[in-house]
This record gives sequence, structure tokens and C-alpha cells, in this order.
Amino acid sequence: MSIEVRNIRKQFGSFTALDDVSLDFPTGELVALLGPSGCGKTTLLRIIAGLESADSGSVLLEGEDASHTHVRERQVGFVFQHYALFRHMSVFDNVAFGLRVKPRKERPSEAVIRKKVHELLELVQLDWLADRFPAQLSGGQRQRIALARALAVEPRVLLLDEPFGALDAKVRKELRRWLRRLHDELHITSIFVTHDQEEALEVADRVVLMDHGHVEQIGTPEEVYRHPATPFVYGFLGAVNHFHGRAEDGQVRVGEDLLHRGQDALALTLDQGAPVVAFARPHELDILPGEAGNLGVAAKISRILAFGVTARIELDGVNGSSGQHFEVELTREQVERQGLAEGQPVRLVPSRLKVFEQKGA
Amino acid sequence: MAAQQHKVLPGFHLALGYTLVYLSLVVLIPLAAVFIKSSALSLEEFWAVVSAPRVVATYQVSFGLSLLAAAINAVFGLMLAWALVRYRFPGKKLVDALVDLPFALPTAVAGIALTALYAGNGWLGQYLEPLGIKVAFGPLGILVALVFIGLPFVVRTVQPILEDLDTELEEAAASLGAQRWQTFRLVILPILLPALLTGFALAFARAVGEYGSVIFIAGNLPFVSEITPLMIITKLEQYDYVGATAIAVVMLLISFALLLLINLLQAWTAKRTGRNR
Repeated sequence: MSIEVRNIRKQFGSFTALDDVSLDFPTGELVALLGPSGCGKTTLLRIIAGLESADSGSVLLEGEDASHTHVRERQVGFVFQHYALFRHMSVFDNVAFGLRVKPRKERPSEAVIRKKVHELLELVQLDWLADRFPAQLSGGQRQRIALARALAVEPRVLLLDEPFGALDAKVRKELRRWLRRLHDELHITSIFVTHDQEEALEVADRVVLMDHGHVEQIGTPEEVYRHPATPFVYGFLGAVNHFHGRAEDGQVRVGEDLLHRGQDALALTLDQGAPVVAFARPHELDILPGEAGNLGVAAKISRILAFGVTARIELDGVNGSSGQHFEVELTREQVERQGLAEGQPVRLVPSRLKVFEQKGA
Repeated sequence: MAAQQHKVLPGFHLALGYTLVYLSLVVLIPLAAVFIKSSALSLEEFWAVVSAPRVVATYQVSFGLSLLAAAINAVFGLMLAWALVRYRFPGKKLVDALVDLPFALPTAVAGIALTALYAGNGWLGQYLEPLGIKVAFGPLGILVALVFIGLPFVVRTVQPILEDLDTELEEAAASLGAQRWQTFRLVILPILLPALLTGFALAFARAVGEYGSVIFIAGNLPFVSEITPLMIITKLEQYDYVGATAIAVVMLLISFALLLLINLLQAWTAKRTGRNR
């Protein structure tokens, strides 16, 4: 089922949680709402679920306005960060809850409930825990039970609020893969909220990036990572180097240096002297030994960390870019070939560069 | 003996020793004295005293009305705690403080105030009496007094549990399609039940032992509105110390049995709701 939100606004006191947010969630997709804490992503999810109501705007489920439909009639499955399992009920009773509270006319027989619950428990691969109580389960198991419970009522959409947020890193990684597989099996329209960019990029079909109650960018994981639309997205997704400078003849001047992008000119269409910030990912920077030359930005190597497959090189800016820190990723062969050493003055040349005008600077 | 284990929390022996000495001095020795005193009676004499029809009637009044009062308090105390935890309204802090007042008020004052209120010429009594509802000077008056003094127990035991209750549980139930009352009955009530039972037991215990407020409003008619503590005082005033302690022993035993029962029930529900695991 498709979900649309139209011009949603939500205010908590003087804090604007959502500022005129409009989004489409097509049928069958797994979408991640990604952003830092306080960006409004959870509020949006709760408004879609009907657990919270918007100050203005509407939520459309399958094209129908559901803004005034109570949560229990919306047929949404909601999974909470802290599971919200009923601790006085066994795992079986937890999963059966949604079926047992149905009005008498719609309620399936106990035999049907039993069959259905066991099917769901098999789906989440925890059939053997049916008689346990939530307190006897691990965090990962609890979250899978919570998911089974949400699926029991055959929801039209599945909403997950930081579903893996309370789990440790290893379990989180496992559950991510598991959630992706489950979605490929069920194809139920799903939205999950996360502040973990890796999680969002790895699991989702599409990623919605949010900040300060606004949608910053929507796209496939590939799109948003490769082509960030705003400085916020660039900074939020993955490690990044910032170069603060001014636009000059279609180039970026950082202190005394001019920032080139490989061979071709940047061809910026910015006003002369406009403050800009340029972004380059650690693997998009090359290091040229020696301080001479007019290519790139002068810097000094402060540390070389060469314990992984790639070597990470930390640098401090000099000449006007001093006080700034940069990070470059090279293969270990490159480091050895170039004979890089700590304390060595070098120049940084980006192979790829994204320049944004800095607002309010 | 196996090798001595090191405990993370020190002072086990000290704490246990202190607890036993304290409990002995304050509770066990005085209660034992009651039993010893009553043992001056032969078994037949003892039975004759405690099974006298007038005395048996007081058991019914005391325990029956105490249980009823505790039950009423369980229901309305829960509602009051709910209102105090869940809603914001003007004067909330004031109401919160008022709940404890029955703790602090001398019970005789409470008894006199309630009597004045519910007597035939009192503020409320003048409207109730024409309707055929006689509160003061009857069993109903005792019930009112017992409800009054027992109220804080339920509110104060349920309140903290209610405050800790995660609203996510209710949201989860609602998102699964549960109606409001289903959420209350299936999710909230089972979690509150152990605390509610504790409050019930405390209110009940308090009501059984209550004397001051009841005697003013009860009317103290034999076979109708005499409570067991009054029976004991009556015996004492007649210098029948042995008879008084005999009734006290019976009262202690019944109270102990009922409280034990409630506590077992409480432990059982606590286990079922996933605590003490």
C-alpha cells in the first residue's frame, strides 16, 4: 500500500519538529528515514502511524485521507525501539495479542490463531521460544518477536522506529540483513527510522534524509551517497573533508591556495568572493609530496594509520587552511611508493569535489 | 562448609542480626505476650470467650467491612492514582498532598468529622436520611470511616508503578487494534496487579486495626455495628484482661492468615508479570 504525506507540520512548544514535509512512499518499498536525532524522523513516523497527530497537513494511505483515522483502524504494524513487548505474556501470547483483541465477529478461532502464530514465529525463526517470557530473551530475539507481533494483524504498512537502536553492533548487522531478506519475502510497504547512515544505505531501497524538520534529499542509497544534494547530506553520509574558502574565477581559494579538481576546472557559477565550502571524501583526495607547486592545498601529514586494507592518513592544513584537519584514504602500496612519512609537507589534490555556497557565512 | 564466598554487598550478618533483634523487640515480643497472657485460660474457657455470639458478630463486622473497604479503595485508589499520574490539571499538587491527609489526621478527629457530616442533621446526612440511607451510627458509617483511613495505601503503592509504566505498551496495544478497555484489562491491569494487591493488603490491615475513627461513627450497637477492637476495649474496661487478650489472639490469627494469603497472591502475580525473575 502506498503512503503519502502532504504538507505535514508539527510543533512541540517552540520547537518545530516537522516543517511542511511532503513525501511519497510507493507500494512495496523499504524506505529509510535517516537523520540526526531531533530531525523529526520519529515524529513523522509516529504521525504516519497515527500515534501522534500533525498540526496541519494530511496522511494518505492508498490515496485515502487517513489523518483522522485512529491508530487501531489504520492497520499499520509498528515496531518500537525498545520492543514494547507485554512482559506478563509469553512470546506466543504476545504474537497472538493482535488476533485475540479483534471484535468477536472477525476474531479467528483459537486453532487458527495457534497456527498463524506458529507460522509467524517460524518466519522470524524463533518458534522454539513460544513459551518463554520476554525477560528471558536477548535483545535481538525480542525485536524479532515484536516484529512477528506487528505482522500478526496483517498490516498494510510496517513502520519501524529505530528497530536496531538498542542492540549491540554484531546483532544489529545480522538483523539488518535479516530484515532485508524478510522484506524481499513479504514485499510489505515499510518505513524504518534510523540515525545510522550505514544501516540506511545497506538495507533500504530508498533513503529519505532529514534535518531540522526538512527533507534534504530523497534517493536510492547509491544516488544519495554519490550525489549528495546539500552540504548536510554530504556531511552526514560517510566521512568527508571540508574545505572552507571563497569562490574565485570559477575556482575555490582556500587561504593562499587554489583548489583544483583534477585536470578540469571547476567552472563554478558563483559570485566572485562568495563564501563556499567544498567537500571531498577521503578516497577522493590525492597526496602530492613536497610543498612546492601550485596544485591543491598545502598540508602536513600528522599521522599515518596503516593497519587495515587501506591506509588512513590524517593531515593538518597549513597556509590559511591551518586549523583544518583532513583525512585521506590510500592503499598501502601507494603510501609505500610515495614514501609518505609523518611530519612531511604535502599538497592535497581532490580527484572529485563538490562545492556548495555557504549560506549565512 | 564449602569455601566461604565473598559477597559483593557487605554487612549481611549485621543486617540480618539487626533485623531480627528489631523485629523481636517491636513486633514479636509484644505479640508473644498476648499469646502467653491468653494461655491463662483453659481451652474451653478460651473457646467460650472467643465464640460468644456477640463477639462472633464483631468479627463479621470488622473483617467483612475491612475487606469491603479495602476493595472499594482498590478501585477508587487506582482511579485516583491514574488521574494523578496521567493527567495535568490545576491543583494537582494540592490533591496529591490531600491523599496523605488520612495518614496524618488523628483518627478520632476523622471519626468526629465524618459523624458530624453524615449524622441525621449533618451536611450530607440531612439529604441522605430522607432517602432511607442511614450512614452514621451503623455499619455503613464504619465502612465510610474505613474507606477514609485506607485510601492513601492504594494510591501510594500504585502511583510509582503507574509512573514507570511505559506508554509505548499502550501504543503497541492500540496499533495492534486493541480497544481502550482491552488495553486496560489485558496490558495495564496485569502489570499493576501486584502493587494493587499490596495496597489492598495494607488498606485491609489498617482497617482491621482501626479504632479511633470507627467508634464515633459506628453507633456501637451489639450484633450490628460493634467492631472487634471495641470488644477488646470493653473487656479491658471490665478488668477482664485475659478475655481481651483471647479475642486479640483470634484477631491476630485471622489477620495473619488473610495477609499471608494476599501476600502469596501478590507474589504469584508478581512472578506472572515477569518481575522477580
